[in-house]
Amino acid sequence: MTGLFDLFMRSVFVENLALSFFLGMCTFLAVSKRVETSFGVGIAMTAVQTVTVPVNNLIYVYLLAPGALAWAGLEQIDLSFLSLIAFIGVIAAMVQVLEMTLEFHVPKLHRAMGIFLPLITVNCAILGGSLFMVERSYTFIESVVYGFGTGIGWALAIVMLAAIRERIKYADIPEGLQGLGITFVIAGLLSLGFMGFSGLG
Amino acid sequence: MTAKYWKALSTPLVDENPVTLQILGICSALAVTTSLDTALVMTVAVTCVLALSGASVSLLRKHLPHSIRIIVQITIIASLVIIVDLVLKAYMFEIGKRLSVFVGLIVTNCIVLGRAEGFAMRNGVFASILDGIGNGLGYGLILMIVGAIREFFGRGSLFGMQILIPTSQGGGFEPLHLLLLPPSAFFIIAGIIWFIRRKRPQQVEKPAFRIRVETEVEKT
Repeated sequence: MTGLFDLFMRSVFVENLALSFFLGMCTFLAVSKRVETSFGVGIAMTAVQTVTVPVNNLIYVYLLAPGALAWAGLEQIDLSFLSLIAFIGVIAAMVQVLEMTLEFHVPKLHRAMGIFLPLITVNCAILGGSLFMVERSYTFIESVVYGFGTGIGWALAIVMLAAIRERIKYADIPEGLQGLGITFVIAGLLSLGFMGFSGLG
Repeated sequence: MTAKYWKALSTPLVDENPVTLQILGICSALAVTTSLDTALVMTVAVTCVLALSGASVSLLRKHLPHSIRIIVQITIIASLVIIVDLVLKAYMFEIGKRLSVFVGLIVTNCIVLGRAEGFAMRNGVFASILDGIGNGLGYGLILMIVGAIREFFGRGSLFGMQILIPTSQGGGFEPLHLLLLPPSAFFIIAGIIWFIRRKRPQQVEKPAFRIRVETEVEKT
């Protein structure tokens, strides 16, 4: 149990996908102008990440890993080179399913985060989460915790960035740094702050 | 005719740089730049994928039904990335290991899909290949600058060759370890953006609010 809690804290703070692995940067920089929208993206991201990482874990362990097809009597087959295509397919399908479920059962939430869901298919943080899961060979339970933790961590980072950007909207920024430039500087300062968490481990 | 091709190749270098102006493909630009050799390998990999995916998408563009084009594009890109990944594993195992998941993440690199959707779907094969190479080089230019700064000041070396001898080995150079940590990449790219926009003022973004300076006349 402490191992899982440790993994959760690590994936939220120490190994924050946005601020220490630079994943999902395009969305991170593009939709962080307002706190409300960035909150919506953050929730959508957490939901998709929590579902896709465990599903990809099952697919990798039971279909793609070297020797994974042993249950079908095909021990010598190694399909791990297909993992990229399989993961992208799973992510696209999961986003679609999630979108339809939300539209049917919770239309209010669907309206709030509707436009961000398709965007998330090509977010590198989602694919990155699945690839890290393979690289570090997490078990199923660990991958659930890891997926949820990284989603929360990413959401936390984008909401913080959006909050700061809202505050500096009236600030007098040098001409060349306006917009993208100052956003990079803020993200760098946030990342510097998150470096402090690395002492937690 | 040649002027058009030259334009497709050269504008993405500075004028429409994918990283600093189009905000595409930033994830990997930041993550693989702790040393110059990983940055170079990543540049070559992305340029290959961009040129080949541009060519294949452009070849298929007249036969693709509109509704499934994104899926087809992603499949093409993912297959190319798998090939690049296998080549790296076969011939450059060490560097491939250090790039870890970032080779696989070329699939979701927005530059590749962005150029496939934005350029290759509307242009001929040759122009799409040149556009792919141009964007790959524009992306690589930023990568190499950031990589050179981080490796030179962070370790005192370039391409793994020691140029400045650090104090721990009896030299007079104190390595700036901060440059090897993630935050520095953000600051360096911000600096590059600032520099480019000083030189190319038309890229400057309009501020959301303009601060009005109170003049002496208004005060009285």
